[in-house]
Amino acid sequence: MMEVIGLNADVTIQQSLFYILTTLLPIMVIAATPLVLASTGELIVEKSGVLNLGVEGMMVMGAVIGFITAVETGTPVAGFILAAVAGGLLALIFGFLTQVLLSNQVATGLALTLFGLGLAALMGQTYTGIRPPQTARIDIPFVSDAPVLGQMLFSYDWIVYFALALVGAVWWFLNRTRAGLVLRAVGENHDAAHALGYRVIAIRLAAIAFGGACAGMGGAYLSLVRVPQWSEGMTAGIGWIALAIVVFASWKPGRVIIGAWLFGGVTILQLNIQAANLNVLGIAAIVLAVVTIGMIALNLRSMTAKNWIRVAFLGALALLSWAMALTWPAFRLDSAYLSMTPYLMTIVVLVAISGDRTRAALNAPASLGRVFHASS
Amino acid sequence: MIRLEPRLTPSRAMVWGTPALAVLATMIAGGILFAMLGKNPMEAIWTIFVDPILDPYSRDELFVKAAPLVLIAIGLSYGFRAGVWNIGAEGQFIVGAIAGSAVGLAFYGTEAIWLLPLMALAGMVAGTLWAMIPAFLKVRFNANEILVSLMLVYVADQLLRAMVAGPLRNPAGFNFPESRLFHDSAVLPLLQGFPGLTEYTRVHVGVLIALLLVPLAWLLLRKHLLGFNIQVMGSAPRAARFSGVKPAMIIYVCLGLSGAMAGLAGLFEVAGPAGQLVPALPQGYGFTAIIVAFLGRLNPLGILAAGLVMALTYIGGENAQLDLGLPRAAISVFQGMLLFFLLGLDILVRYRVRFGKRGAAQ
Repeated sequence: MMEVIGLNADVTIQQSLFYILTTLLPIMVIAATPLVLASTGELIVEKSGVLNLGVEGMMVMGAVIGFITAVETGTPVAGFILAAVAGGLLALIFGFLTQVLLSNQVATGLALTLFGLGLAALMGQTYTGIRPPQTARIDIPFVSDAPVLGQMLFSYDWIVYFALALVGAVWWFLNRTRAGLVLRAVGENHDAAHALGYRVIAIRLAAIAFGGACAGMGGAYLSLVRVPQWSEGMTAGIGWIALAIVVFASWKPGRVIIGAWLFGGVTILQLNIQAANLNVLGIAAIVLAVVTIGMIALNLRSMTAKNWIRVAFLGALALLSWAMALTWPAFRLDSAYLSMTPYLMTIVVLVAISGDRTRAALNAPASLGRVFHASS
Repeated sequence: MIRLEPRLTPSRAMVWGTPALAVLATMIAGGILFAMLGKNPMEAIWTIFVDPILDPYSRDELFVKAAPLVLIAIGLSYGFRAGVWNIGAEGQFIVGAIAGSAVGLAFYGTEAIWLLPLMALAGMVAGTLWAMIPAFLKVRFNANEILVSLMLVYVADQLLRAMVAGPLRNPAGFNFPESRLFHDSAVLPLLQGFPGLTEYTRVHVGVLIALLLVPLAWLLLRKHLLGFNIQVMGSAPRAARFSGVKPAMIIYVCLGLSGAMAGLAGLFEVAGPAGQLVPALPQGYGFTAIIVAFLGRLNPLGILAAGLVMALTYIGGENAQLDLGLPRAAISVFQGMLLFFLLGLDILVRYRVRFGKRGAAQ
């Protein structure tokens, strides 16, 4: 099996599983953390009925501000805090334009991205090529040293845990608090919320600032931990993928984590295939087989004829690519095609989620992207 | 108290006054930014906005830069009017450049007059097909066209890298990732000797074609049923649907048109100033064109003027980079600010700003 995907024949399945669990999995979680942060922030923004397409701009600003602060002060924590502040401030420009000056949200979000990318490039000019101070890992005695499990679960820096806690807090806020209920009301019907006496614009501005702060922190995580370096345009579309994850998650906080890990996984897998120069046909066969089994496992109780046809089709594809991998063992893809996969994956996921119109319409905030102006 | 009072009809004076105001406000804010960077603000503004017009060589370059911006922005303006947000013009630009180059390289050495039109056609078809992906996914699966078209920019960028490293690589180029230099028949002729242009001008036929497309685009928007339907679709989607306009058709047309225009712009760029396919070809025209489209009020004639203003910031920015040591990124900040001011000032078109207490004004 190993030689089909291009590994040495003497590598065993146990060895590769060990590698995946102790090395790939932690990197994947780290790659997903900026997305968890930015998507959770944007989720709150969209729940309040505002579509802020400027996530990419706020992330890149957070990346540069966090980097500069951490390098100058030597403390990464200060970097993360100031990155959040910078993201929030930048978001408030968007908030002022869309909420007070009633500008178009799509256009203003784009402007925020263009402006953020430019400003970050300007500020970060003299900071390329330096390494930032290291963000400390949290080591729990004994637990973190446990063989496989310790490395899998307890070998991260504090931001990873913070991001997960944030998702939990956002879930609790939206579903268990009165303030969360008001926020959702504003997002569902701003006119009704206004008539009830809630201050629509103030609530939305607060949500926008929160979203900006989260995106800024996510950006700082990129430049301080994930890469860790500053280079112009280093976000490379991650802010946009964060927007797609909110759609993927159907505006539910818990699913944001699944979406972010999925994209983190694809990114890391793709980079590793590039580095190890593996046979993509074999990898495709394995991935397709896993998806097929997953589909059967998830829908076991309600397998309709249509589902069986889908599963059979996927399984056939898996067998076909396995056969192709056996036929052309030396097949190698240009690394540029592999670099496309996270973006193509985003499109596939968007299509899969949006295709079910009724479900998408049920979860999307009803006032999303609409301009509010109290006429009376 | 300052409050906003809706106007019954949008103010015509403000429709065209606000872009000028926005440019002015950007100059002031930009001046402050340049002062913060330790440059003389007056000198920087003068270098960016006035010197290129006075210098004949820079004046020519202005047209070379404005042509792709105007082409892409005109294509985008239809979609933006109809509420179809194509953010991926950059990707359609790249794909158009790849397809056009592929045709040009396939006929390498063929001296023929039909080659350039064929390349242009290939660029437009490729751009259209690339834009059809978000259109189809939007119509069939309701997938957000903003995100899909934007993701395809990154895909197109990687495709360009794969192409110049693989099939389209110069066979005699020591494995360097770029294509051959196009032969003469595959390069856009320069308009040397054209009145008003310098002897060493880089202004090519594509600039002329872009200029000719502006009135055509205006006619399509204002005098053709399709342009009318697009406008109704944007301002009153329900009314449009009742009058028999199919939203799916509008999505296909708007994305297809903008894809074709962006693809053509990509071909002009690769067969004009570049002369070969290189990984550094895309320079963000597809994104800057979004600013141009809004600055030109989504109107082809306005877009022509806006494209020239935006080209001015590019050329002037390059000059300021050389003469004053102004960082290149300062110009992107400048362009981003312009869009902010424009969108913010837009409120003056639809609302009147009233001072004092309610009722006092009546």
